[in-house]
Amino acid sequence: MNAESLLVLLYVLVLASFIGFELISKVPPTLHTPLMSGSNAISGITIVGAIVASGSLHWSVSKGLGIAALLLATLNVVGGYVVTDRMLKMFKKKK
Amino acid sequence: MEKDLLIKIAYLIASVLFIVGIKMLGKTATARRGNTLSAVAMLVAVLATLLDSQVLSFTEIFVTILIGSAIGLIAARRVEMTSMPEMVAIFNGFGGASSVLVAASEYWRLAHEADLSMPVVVGVTVVISIIIGAVTFTGSMVAFGKLKGLINGRSVTFGGQHALNAVLFVAALALSVMVVLNPNDEIWMIGVIGVGLLLGILTVIPIGGADMPVVISLLNSYSGIAACATGFVLNNQVLIITGALVGASGIILTQIMCKAMNRSLINVLLGGFGQTSSGAAAAGGEEIVVKEVGVEETAMLFDSASSVIIVPGYGMAVAQAQHVVRELTDLLEKRGTSVKFAIHPVAGRMPGHMNVLLAEANIPYDKLIEMDHINDEFANTDIALIIGANDVVNPAARTNPGSPIFGMPVLNADKARTVIVCKRGMSAGYAGIENELFGYPNCLMLFGDAKSSMTKVVSELKEMVTA
Repeated sequence: MNAESLLVLLYVLVLASFIGFELISKVPPTLHTPLMSGSNAISGITIVGAIVASGSLHWSVSKGLGIAALLLATLNVVGGYVVTDRMLKMFKKKK
Repeated sequence: MEKDLLIKIAYLIASVLFIVGIKMLGKTATARRGNTLSAVAMLVAVLATLLDSQVLSFTEIFVTILIGSAIGLIAARRVEMTSMPEMVAIFNGFGGASSVLVAASEYWRLAHEADLSMPVVVGVTVVISIIIGAVTFTGSMVAFGKLKGLINGRSVTFGGQHALNAVLFVAALALSVMVVLNPNDEIWMIGVIGVGLLLGILTVIPIGGADMPVVISLLNSYSGIAACATGFVLNNQVLIITGALVGASGIILTQIMCKAMNRSLINVLLGGFGQTSSGAAAAGGEEIVVKEVGVEETAMLFDSASSVIIVPGYGMAVAQAQHVVRELTDLLEKRGTSVKFAIHPVAGRMPGHMNVLLAEANIPYDKLIEMDHINDEFANTDIALIIGANDVVNPAARTNPGSPIFGMPVLNADKARTVIVCKRGMSAGYAGIENELFGYPNCLMLFGDAKSSMTKVVSELKEMVTA
């Protein structure tokens, strides 16, 4: 990775952080728990890295670590989204 | 080359969907669709990654994803709403662990398997990702243990704790430098992982149960930052963007929780109310004289009340009393009594915990009112019913400068004409301090398990209706 591409990544980081702060500071307290478990599911995005790491053809240490990462990330993603959906289902408008 | 571009475009689409999804998650009307949208974004990201030219073996990937999904699905379906904090804590830990493993895998590939040297930038980001991920993992496991009661929920402190943490922190830095300088010598890497794991345990162990909402949201933030750092390791924008979103969300919630307790983050991290409370209790010394009330009398009070504010707390969650509270609400409203719920930001064990429990019991969310909006109403209210809450209604926070919670914003439940406290016994709340409210002349104690007491009150009330 050269300095230039690092800089681009830093731009991405800074802008994304600002968007994050803007979006989340407006969330009402009622939705704090679903927001948290939803964003928790999103942090399972490491699943992307885990797939790359576990995708090599030959068994090796890095592949083993990748498979373990993939298992945990998938658990985090699927469990997080399902439980958030379960919670949000309860927040529907009452007649 | 074409495939590479396709993947990049897919990641861009996924990032946009994540951002829109989170935006929609901020409004009750669209929240569920927002969550679905962000799940779609995740799917897009995963499918795009499968196109990566480094991904050659699909069987292992599909089998692993299948197993992970099955476990996640079953766990998410089965968990009780009351155990939501534990669930979030443990999943958070998995997210952190996954970041550690991905970074370690990339490190190993570069340092030992590929014939490549490890550039300094990659080395630095690998180390950052591993330390934050490791702290998230063990920290979340300790939080999980505390919430589940496997580990003592109180603040655990010992002499020289801060010094030890400082030493570990310096050690982590030194080991990191060694990793970057000698990437092919894995002993340093193992050292970094070990110190990171230990730091996670030691930083969460001193934090008491009352501060759990802060810890949970802080760890949530860490898991995002860890994912973000992993994005730098892999030169992957979608990881950085989503990691930053999660990191920001965790930091904001942490800030809200700290403000709700009038404490700084540093203060929370260095160990809870625990130490100060013993001193204050000894100094206070005065015995609080309480008035007990029975279920019949409680029902009679409700019978003649025209306005009620209910203050729920963790005790309601533990007793699973939210459904019978709903019954009580319905019954009172049928008689024309106004019923509202006052929600303190740190009631429960995670941000917004009470809102979820009451929503589970079908209590409309427009009845749940935030502290700042309801505090003035207590003075015009006949009954404040406190169920399993303690510290968040302690008037000492307003009146007693010597109290460890002095300055913490609390619900003014004591200003109501009559206060009924439903509680199992006289034990202090999680902050470990006496509540002088219990000795107030307008305060009545209804001792017993919240669920069974409330059930009895409801059936008494029903009899009064028919009589």
